Amino acid sequence: MVLSIGIIYSLPNLYPAKPAIQIAYTDSGKSADQILLNQVKVILEDQSTGVESVGLKDNNIVAKFNSFDDQLAGKAALQKILLDEAIVALNLEPTTPQWLRNIGGGPLKLGLDLSGGVHFLLEVDIDSALDNRLESLLNEYRKKFRDDHINVESSRKDNKDLIFSFASDEDYNKALRIFNEDNITPLGTPFFDLTANSVRNLVELAYSQSAIKEIRDYAVGQNLMTLRNRVNELGVSEPIVQRQGSSRIVVQLPGVQDTTAAKKIIGKTANLEFRLEASSTTSRLRKEEFDWQDERMGSAFLEKNIIVAGERVTNASSGFDESGFAQVNITLDMQGGRAMQKATNGNIGRRLGVLFVEQKNKSVLTKDADGNDVIEQTSYIEKEIISLATVQAVLGTAFRITGVGSPQEASELALLLRAGALAAPMKFVEERTVGPSLGKENIKLGVRSIIIGLLSVIAFMFFYYRWFGFAANIALFANVVLITGFMSLLGATLTLPGIAGIVLTIGMAVDANVLIFSRIREELKDGKDPQTAIQEGFSRAFVTIVDANVTTLIASIVLYAIGTGPVKGFAITLSIGILTSMFTAILGTRAIVNLMYGNKNIKELRV
Amino acid sequence: MNFNIPFMSYRRYATMASLVLLILSIGSLGFKGLNLGLDFSGGTLIEVSYEEAADLIEIRDLMTDNGFDDFQVVNFGSNSHVLIKVADKNGNSQLGDVIYKFLQDADPSTELKRIEFVGPQIGTELRDQGGLGMLVALGMILLYVAFRFQYKFALGAVVALAHDVVIIFGLFSLFSWDFDLTVLAALLAVIGYSLNDTIVVSDRIRENFRGERGFEPHEIVNRSINQTLSRTLITSLTTLLVLLALFFFGGDMIKGFSQALIIGVLVGTYSSIYVVANMLLGMSLTQDDLAIPEPEGAEFDDMP
Repeated sequence: MVLSIGIIYSLPNLYPAKPAIQIAYTDSGKSADQILLNQVKVILEDQSTGVESVGLKDNNIVAKFNSFDDQLAGKAALQKILLDEAIVALNLEPTTPQWLRNIGGGPLKLGLDLSGGVHFLLEVDIDSALDNRLESLLNEYRKKFRDDHINVESSRKDNKDLIFSFASDEDYNKALRIFNEDNITPLGTPFFDLTANSVRNLVELAYSQSAIKEIRDYAVGQNLMTLRNRVNELGVSEPIVQRQGSSRIVVQLPGVQDTTAAKKIIGKTANLEFRLEASSTTSRLRKEEFDWQDERMGSAFLEKNIIVAGERVTNASSGFDESGFAQVNITLDMQGGRAMQKATNGNIGRRLGVLFVEQKNKSVLTKDADGNDVIEQTSYIEKEIISLATVQAVLGTAFRITGVGSPQEASELALLLRAGALAAPMKFVEERTVGPSLGKENIKLGVRSIIIGLLSVIAFMFFYYRWFGFAANIALFANVVLITGFMSLLGATLTLPGIAGIVLTIGMAVDANVLIFSRIREELKDGKDPQTAIQEGFSRAFVTIVDANVTTLIASIVLYAIGTGPVKGFAITLSIGILTSMFTAILGTRAIVNLMYGNKNIKELRV
Repeated sequence: MNFNIPFMSYRRYATMASLVLLILSIGSLGFKGLNLGLDFSGGTLIEVSYEEAADLIEIRDLMTDNGFDDFQVVNFGSNSHVLIKVADKNGNSQLGDVIYKFLQDADPSTELKRIEFVGPQIGTELRDQGGLGMLVALGMILLYVAFRFQYKFALGAVVALAHDVVIIFGLFSLFSWDFDLTVLAALLAVIGYSLNDTIVVSDRIRENFRGERGFEPHEIVNRSINQTLSRTLITSLTTLLVLLALFFFGGDMIKGFSQALIIGVLVGTYSSIYVVANMLLGMSLTQDDLAIPEPEGAEFDDMP
């Protein structure tokens, strides 16, 4: 029963993946439709490449090809015509039959060391995010105390603390009350740690542990989202963008070969610019015309002078104003707040525009020296208006934009504002690139060593134990099938060390059988009759087998916990291998031995 | 196969051999240290291949011309494959791309096999995590064996494991083989494997101690080892068979891994015969130690 499940789920690995191309609109909001499908069909038919099928599949168009050469020719043809309208990505489409897919079957996922591609580990610089927050907080309080006529003698940021000293006891008490009020959060966890000195009228404020965690989660989550958007632009078929640990992000792009380009896109900064709308009196030299991002809105003139750019935005969120309309709350850092204050002072009633600035790549079809068509990538900067709102008051570090439409539109605007700049800078701390040829080579070598290893063990077992060895060999074979089946079922990723794990399991799996067989031999030597000897051999060896395997399992679980990437792959195959080998060696071999010797009166038994 | 080898008569020599190996290993580790691979040292590594045999001297010159001073250029696997390692303490992730660029400018046929960059803090972290993992694994195994057998067995098993691990470390240090993450993985697998052996032998020692009265402990131990010897040898042999397949046919990226495992299997087989038994006799295991078995143990042992 278990074996048949194993066989069924390992089946998908026998169906070779077909070279395919995945096509999606560049605009991620638009899902592939009939128009694009027809266009793709026409292009590919003109090319008369070996296309097998073209169809729609979850927002994408997937074209399957007969060979890898056809796939490349197809990609070139599609890119030449579609250019930037659609993302054309090479892909491997599994040919798993529908009935297998319905029960959750699918081929093994290959790790980067086998498929080729890039792995990046990025570290989010939380300290600088905290620094920024702290500076804007300092600025907010300075403004608040000024508005409330509280006399601050000095206020400064000292490493991770804000230090305020007040002129009188009265000022000190008033300020302390404000701090304490601000420190009441809905969850009851304090936002700051306050140290107050009533003798010297000094208040020291630092972010509490829970606030730091919240800021960190926000920054990492924010960067994660930005990275996902950017990675989607790369047109990779199955990218992985995941948080790892408290402040790291893993990006895996299978099949990507041009790391420099990938890095550029991942590390690029989309930006924002806040500019005042040009008034009728603004001279033509000092204004510029921009399109709205929303095409229906047309275009507008903004001043050339940039008040504040996206790096100054520390936070943006959507919410509701007093009358229940959607609004976007924006927080700038200290420097940004100062600039905003200066610019809006005296400009109340004018409109403030927000420009979304993005570096984009454009593919242009040109001819090279020999007159061949080549696609050249050029990058250009695109600036579009995402908001234009009337200034109601002098703005500082924190302000809001109202009249932004529906709550959904507000949250989209907030997202764009946040996506503009990363919440905290990131740097690459680990990078692994595996060229596609190396990946293929690794698969070839891995499979070859599995086969050679398996064959030599099978040969040895058969010559040494004859028919019992034959039973063990069938169990061994079943074991390999089970391992692949379970790994496919669990969606585990196969890596090169993972293959090594399978090979190692093959060598160690026969151990259980060897234990059982040598027991049977001993029992026979003690003068027991063959049937009893088989019985005793299996049951006596059982305890030893369990003990011996549990300890190996402990080691592989520890390995899983500490390992990264490929090593985790090794731990997974080893653990699965231990479990399946216990199963096949004990139950599987038993069943076969029973088939061979059960219910028979055997006079002599050769083990 | 029936064995009747007086293993325990040779135990003095075995102890000597183990001690010499251990001292050599620890000495080499102390004086020479491990040749840490990229995973633990941090830095940049690139592997490229050429259509023909690569000119290492020219590549070295190119590296120097481009301002690199702390680097290694070696052949990897075949003479057309080149591995370049750059130690960089600043964690510059661009180096690989830069190097590949000027290599390709010099010879357009250069094909990129892989680039690996590990930042300095990641290296340190992996090192700490690896060491910690090793200790955790040993600790948990100690507990399990103590729970299933008896503390003297547990001590014996863990000393045997430590013995194996130290000797592998020592050999990697002595021959300056690259010690990277896959080798660490192999070490943990060795722990599992060697333990497997140890437990099979211990299991038999326990059984014989309980079953037969009136024999000298070292006689019982000797008989137990002989009884399990054919199994120990066969399992080691099949495991070695697949490891050799992996070593010779698995490619260069897992050579270190299979190397560590091959040594581990050899040393592990030896240690499960000598180290554990030696430790048990050294701690003067008596029948009383096993007289009142734990409930679980009793249950299993009484099974037909």
